[in-house]
Amino acid sequence: MTQTAERTEAGERTALVELDSVSKYYGNIRALEGVSLEVHAGEISCVLGDNGAGKSTLIKIIAGLHRHDGGTFRIEGEETSLSSPREALDRGIATVYQDLAVVPLMPVWRNFFLGSEPTKGTGPFKRMDVEFMRRTTRAELLRMGIDLRDVDQPIGTLSGGERQCVAIARAVYFGAKVLVLDEPTAALGVKQSGVVLKYVAAARDAGLGVVLITHNPHHAYLVGDRFVLLKRGTMSGSHTRDGITLDELTRQMAGGNELDDLRHELERAPAPAHLGAVADGADGTGGTGEKQEKQEKQKDGGR
Amino acid sequence: MTATAPAPTPSPSPDTGAHADERLLKRSPLRKLLGRPELGSIVGAVAVFVFFAIFADSFLKASSLSTVLYASSTIGIMAVPVALLMIGGEFDLSAGVMVTTSALVSSMFSFQMTANTWVGVGVSLLVTLAIGVFNGVMLTRTDPPSFIITLGTFLMLTGLNLGLTKLISGTVSTKTIADMEGFPSAKAVFASTLTVGGVDFKITILWWLAFVVIATWILLRTRVGNWIFAVGGDEKAARAVGVPVDKTKIGLYMGVAFGAWVSGQHLLFSFDTVQSGEGVGNELIYIIAAVIGGCLITGGYGSAVGAAVGALIFGMTSKGIVFAEWNPDWFKFFLGAMLLLATLLNAWVRKRAEATK
Ligand SMILES: Nc1ncnc2c1ncn2[C@@H]1O[C@H](COP(=O)(O)OP(=O)(O)OP(=O)(O)O)[C@@H](O)[C@H]1O
Ligand SMILES: [Mg+2]
Repeated sequence: MTQTAERTEAGERTALVELDSVSKYYGNIRALEGVSLEVHAGEISCVLGDNGAGKSTLIKIIAGLHRHDGGTFRIEGEETSLSSPREALDRGIATVYQDLAVVPLMPVWRNFFLGSEPTKGTGPFKRMDVEFMRRTTRAELLRMGIDLRDVDQPIGTLSGGERQCVAIARAVYFGAKVLVLDEPTAALGVKQSGVVLKYVAAARDAGLGVVLITHNPHHAYLVGDRFVLLKRGTMSGSHTRDGITLDELTRQMAGGNELDDLRHELERAPAPAHLGAVADGADGTGGTGEKQEKQEKQKDGGR
Repeated sequence: MTATAPAPTPSPSPDTGAHADERLLKRSPLRKLLGRPELGSIVGAVAVFVFFAIFADSFLKASSLSTVLYASSTIGIMAVPVALLMIGGEFDLSAGVMVTTSALVSSMFSFQMTANTWVGVGVSLLVTLAIGVFNGVMLTRTDPPSFIITLGTFLMLTGLNLGLTKLISGTVSTKTIADMEGFPSAKAVFASTLTVGGVDFKITILWWLAFVVIATWILLRTRVGNWIFAVGGDEKAARAVGVPVDKTKIGLYMGVAFGAWVSGQHLLFSFDTVQSGEGVGNELIYIIAAVIGGCLITGGYGSAVGAAVGALIFGMTSKGIVFAEWNPDWFKFFLGAMLLLATLLNAWVRKRAEATK
């Protein structure tokens, strides 16, 4: 396996966020075990995995919604365990959730500043700076290339991609150092996904460390610098960009060997197929490293 | 990755903003107006007003209008904080009896301790706010929905009101406190009558207006207002962006308690005794006024002005039927019809607002 540690960066700079063999249990359910992840400034770390692999659980630990049960969690080198999303925000970690990024019925500008509203005046006349909020929302969204017809419209009337972009723009505006995105492209079409990925890249260029959760290896490979693969709560791979090709990433995501097996079985459909007869390395494209990986995968798959 | 629906072929991508003009056409000023939560209630109020102006001969007399406003204000003082609570996504079924509790505490404390009535008024404020805090803390610390928790508070307060009053004064009502020190000044604050241009207006109308103005200010112009909309609209999202959800909800229950205190003191100082069984059922009237005023029963949407107008519709209907010399049984029918209409309108508004492209 290509370990990130091989391309050692120790001493160069500390990671913004570093998880080291972190575990999380929900009662007797093992949602995560031994997962490691590094997030550096100006880089995008992708977390890939199937449904239920533990991706959301992983980011909930980073976002302060859950505490981890094992392993270490460091923010800028300092070991921590976050107790609330507010604490995560205060330490520069902003999260855009899969499903709960915004309050649909509230206007865009209220959503943009929700939880961190600027005020003016004092005493009983302390009030939100509505003009500033409206203006800033419009300007910040424009900077990201979204020209809203009306910042007063309920955010629920925006498209899924636009909503994601508002959430990203909000995180960038509030000076987040780390931006965590849970499947920002999951519900989006090709074009909208492209738009969101563009903003993800823009956030990276602005110097943020980004954690991008996704099902889609193509999206991950377009922008990612590091890739962590999760499988049923464990880490099945951890790569840097120069350590893996898109094809290989896709293969591992899709289940590698299992998919090959499936294809061969389907091809031989007329014959009386039986399990276990499928030969190893059927396509012969991979190197030795890949073979080894495959064998490991097969062992995994057998469980 | 599956492909999306075919893109509108020749037009630029929707994110470039290159055809903002084309999209602007979609939003006319009329639609914007339709988006206001209180619109339905204002239309309803005008309709009810015109209706009774035609069918009830004495309805347009100044003295009648003053009676209508008084009836509306006693409901409105509670409907406004109840509306804020509903926008925050919760109910308070104890709001009706809490008014009575507040009056009883004030009266009995003054009577038993033979103190100045203002001391009773102050103690009552503390006790009533404590009940609000109790509701809020119970809700935020435990699982059951506010409907159940405040139903519990409602039953407990109903029992306490009757039980303690009987235990302390031996009857179902309190003894008069009219001869006590501070009574005239407290009456002036909570239950006096102001004469403007020869017409008598109850001071509760001023309280009502003050509640609307302050609640609207909080809701539309302060951070807390933003939080109220957020905790009612999507509690998880609010929590995730750092909104103090629990504090907001406890604060909303305290707002209802404050309304109950003002109403309770009005009750006490306008009659100088209190019937311990009063108030049951009023909680629903407050909720209905808020719903007619455009509050979504599911939270996250509504206005204080709307709730006040809802209370006004209540006042006009209940008194209008009397002025028209009709059988008061019709009142319930009108209310039911109004509530249904308002709910249908709200459902339509919500669908519009939440629709995703
Ligand atoms: N609160 C919870 N209590 C118990 N089990 C949970 C809880 N949250 C998640 N799980 C379990 O933990 C596992 C990982 O869930 P998680 O939501 O992290 O998956 P995911 O990778 O984000 O999936 P998806 O791609 O569908 O979003 C799942 O088996 C899930 O059933
Ligand atoms: Mg998930």
